[in-house]
Amino acid sequence: MSEMKIVSGNFAAAYGAKLSRVEVVAAYPITPQTEVVEKIAELVSNGEMDSEYVKVESEHSAMAACIAASNAGARAYTASSAHGLALMHELLIWASGARLPVVMTNINRAMGPPWSVWADHHDTLAQKGTGQLQFFCENNQEVLDSVIMAFKICEDADIMLPAMVVEDAFILSHTKEPVEIYDQELVDEFLPPYDPEYKLDVERPFGFGSLGMPDWYMDFRYKIAEAFEKAPEKIEKVNKEFTEIFGNDNGGLIEEYKTDGVDVLIVTMGSISSTSKDVIDELRKEGHNVGLARLRTFRPFPVEKFREITKGVNVVGVMDRSYTFGHGGDAAREIKDALYGHRDLILKDYIVGLGGRDLTPKILKNIMLDAISLQDKGLDKEIEWVDLRINQERWRR
Amino acid sequence: MQRPLNRLTTKLEVRRLSKEEVYRIVIDPKDHRDVPLTLITDCPSYLMTKTGSWRTLRPIVDNEKCIKCGICWKFCPDVSIHVKEDGAEVDYDFCKGCGICAKECPVDAIVMEKEEDYV
Ligand code: SF4
Ligand code: SF4
Repeated sequence: MSEMKIVSGNFAAAYGAKLSRVEVVAAYPITPQTEVVEKIAELVSNGEMDSEYVKVESEHSAMAACIAASNAGARAYTASSAHGLALMHELLIWASGARLPVVMTNINRAMGPPWSVWADHHDTLAQKGTGQLQFFCENNQEVLDSVIMAFKICEDADIMLPAMVVEDAFILSHTKEPVEIYDQELVDEFLPPYDPEYKLDVERPFGFGSLGMPDWYMDFRYKIAEAFEKAPEKIEKVNKEFTEIFGNDNGGLIEEYKTDGVDVLIVTMGSISSTSKDVIDELRKEGHNVGLARLRTFRPFPVEKFREITKGVNVVGVMDRSYTFGHGGDAAREIKDALYGHRDLILKDYIVGLGGRDLTPKILKNIMLDAISLQDKGLDKEIEWVDLRINQERWRR
Repeated sequence: MQRPLNRLTTKLEVRRLSKEEVYRIVIDPKDHRDVPLTLITDCPSYLMTKTGSWRTLRPIVDNEKCIKCGICWKFCPDVSIHVKEDGAEVDYDFCKGCGICAKECPVDAIVMEKEEDYV
C-alpha cells in the first residue's frame, strides 16, 4: 500500500533510494545534505533497508566506493552538496567514462566564498560537463520520483550513465511537504534489479578502466555521446511509464505550464517554478499572453524540445540561479545555443536568487513584466542581475 | 606459468594471459560498434605490463642486515617488496626503483644501484 507522509526533500530522497532497493550507499555528510544519509543510515540500522552503508572519509571516496560497487554489479547511491560535490568532480567523470549508473542526490547550494549554505545552482551546473544526467526538481514528491526514474533511465542498456537528481537547499531539502511513498511491489515492477553485462567477478576476471590508446580513446568517448543522444527519448518514455503507474507526471525533459500559443515564455528551474506558476496565473488574468517552461532535465540539454516550444514566441525570459563567470547564466546560454539558426526572438537572461537570496512573487512578477515589455521596446540588456542591493528598489516595488 | 593475481587479496590465482588472449574479448574490432561500452580487457591488465622496465635505479637488499620489520613493504607504493622468511625480496617485474624502501629501512639494508649495471 502506498502511504502519504509529511517529509522534507532530504527524506524524500532517502525514501527514493530505499524504494529503489539501493544495494550500496557511500556518503560523507555536508550541510544541507546530511539528513539524506542520516535517514538512510537509520533505515539500514533498523533493518528497514537492506543496503551496505559505507562510511567514507570524503566525497571523493564516497563516489569512488559507489563506482566500485556499481562495477561489481550493485545498485549504488550517494548524496552531496556544493563543496562536497566539487571534491567529487574527478570521480563524476570517471563514473560516466566507466559507464556506471550511479545515482546521486545533490542539494543545490552556493559555493564559497563568501561562505554560504543556501540555494544556488552553481554547484550542479559546474559539473554539467562530467557526463552526468542532471534532473532539477521542483518539489519533494519529484525528488522521490526522480531518484527511482533516474535508476531506470541510467541502467537502460542504451544509456548506462550516472545521474544527479538535484533539489534546492532548504527550500526543498528542509521543508516538509506531503509525499506519496509508493508501494514497494509497484516500484519493483517498474524498476527491475540492476544486471550489467560486464562486472567485477572473480570467476570471470576483467580489467576495467584500462589504458585507451589514441587509436581507440576517441571512439569510446563517441559511444558516450551516442548514449546522450538517445537519452532524451528514454527520459520521456520512462516519465510516461512512471506517470501511468504512479499517477505523478513530473514533466520529463521540460514541464510546460500554459505554453500554448504564448507570446512570452518564461524559463525557470527548481523550486522557484512553483511560485512562478502562481505569478503566471496572475499575469494571464491581467491579460498577458505568457507561459512557463520548467527546465527539468539540464543534461542531456533538451535542444529539440526548446525549438518546439518556442515556435511563435516573441520573447524568452530565462531565470538563472547560477552564473558562470565570463559567460553568463547557464540555462540562458544553452537555450541560445539550441535556438541559434532556428528561431528569431528576443532572449533575456535574468540572474536571480544567488546564495539563497529570496525570490518573492513580487520580484518574479517584475521580472516577467520586464520580459513582456521587451516585445515593444526590444532587448535592453542581454544579462540582468536582479535584486542586487543597487537595484532592489526597482525589483521590489 | 602461475602467479598471484593480487597480492593484497591473495588466494585468487589466474593464468598469465598472452597479449592475444587479452584482446580476445573482441575479435578484431574495427570501430566503436564492435567494442563494449567502456574499455574492458579480459584480464587485469597490469599483470601484462612489466612496469619494472621503467626503472633506472635498482634496490638491492642485504638480508644479512634485514631485521624483517616490514617497513619497506608498508611504504612501497607499488607493493613490490615482500618480507619473507629469509628477509626482504624485491619483485623486479614491478618495482619502479623509487627508492622509498631504501630511505625508510631503519637498518639501511637496502641500497639503490644503477639499473644499467644489471641489464
Ligand atoms: S625495512 Fe629494511 S629491515 Fe625492515 S624488512 Fe625491509 S629491508 Fe628488512
Ligand atoms: S624501490 Fe620503490 S618500487 Fe621498488 S621496492 Fe623499493 S619502494 Fe617499492
